[in-house]
Amino acid sequence: MILARVIGPVVSTVKVKPLDGHKLLRVRPVNPDGSFSGSSIVAVDTVQAGKGDTVIVIDEGGSAGVMLGETGQPVRTVIAGIVDGIETEEKVQ
Amino acid sequence: MKIGRITGSVVCDKKTSSLSGVSLLLLQPLDENYRGKGTPIVACDTVQAGTGDLVLYEGGREAALALDNWFNPSDASVVGIIDSLEDV
Repeated sequence: MILARVIGPVVSTVKVKPLDGHKLLRVRPVNPDGSFSGSSIVAVDTVQAGKGDTVIVIDEGGSAGVMLGETGQPVRTVIAGIVDGIETEEKVQ
Repeated sequence: MKIGRITGSVVCDKKTSSLSGVSLLLLQPLDENYRGKGTPIVACDTVQAGTGDLVLYEGGREAALALDNWFNPSDASVVGIIDSLEDV
């Protein structure tokens, strides 16, 4: 799992059937201190996350299938939780 | 899923039989500012995307699962056409 911040929704009308009914959010990986650490990816939301939320993202197909309740789907990136706080040795957020 | 732009189509007369009937697209991965990032890739189409479309694509094992015949060699598939998204 990686830490990421929600950038905003991605709207797509024409998409593969397994993605129908799922909310798609653009997320960008962040470091524990909150700074961005990579380029953004699009994830399926399963936890009703919103813009600006720090979330944990799974980027692996098997786990994504488990999260969505059906394996064998063309989805590998899902949001698995909303982060309330991160505690590190340097700083407590 | 990642974001890319379709820059063309790839016509392939002879290809592995499991990919027959699947159209192939030239896809340019994009960075945060919608500029091209890296070299273009060839992706299978599942949503009738066309040149210029901003699309969602899936890589890895899940790319093959997007196709009707999932038992095939594909490492990138277009899975959605983007209508709109919010900027960083």
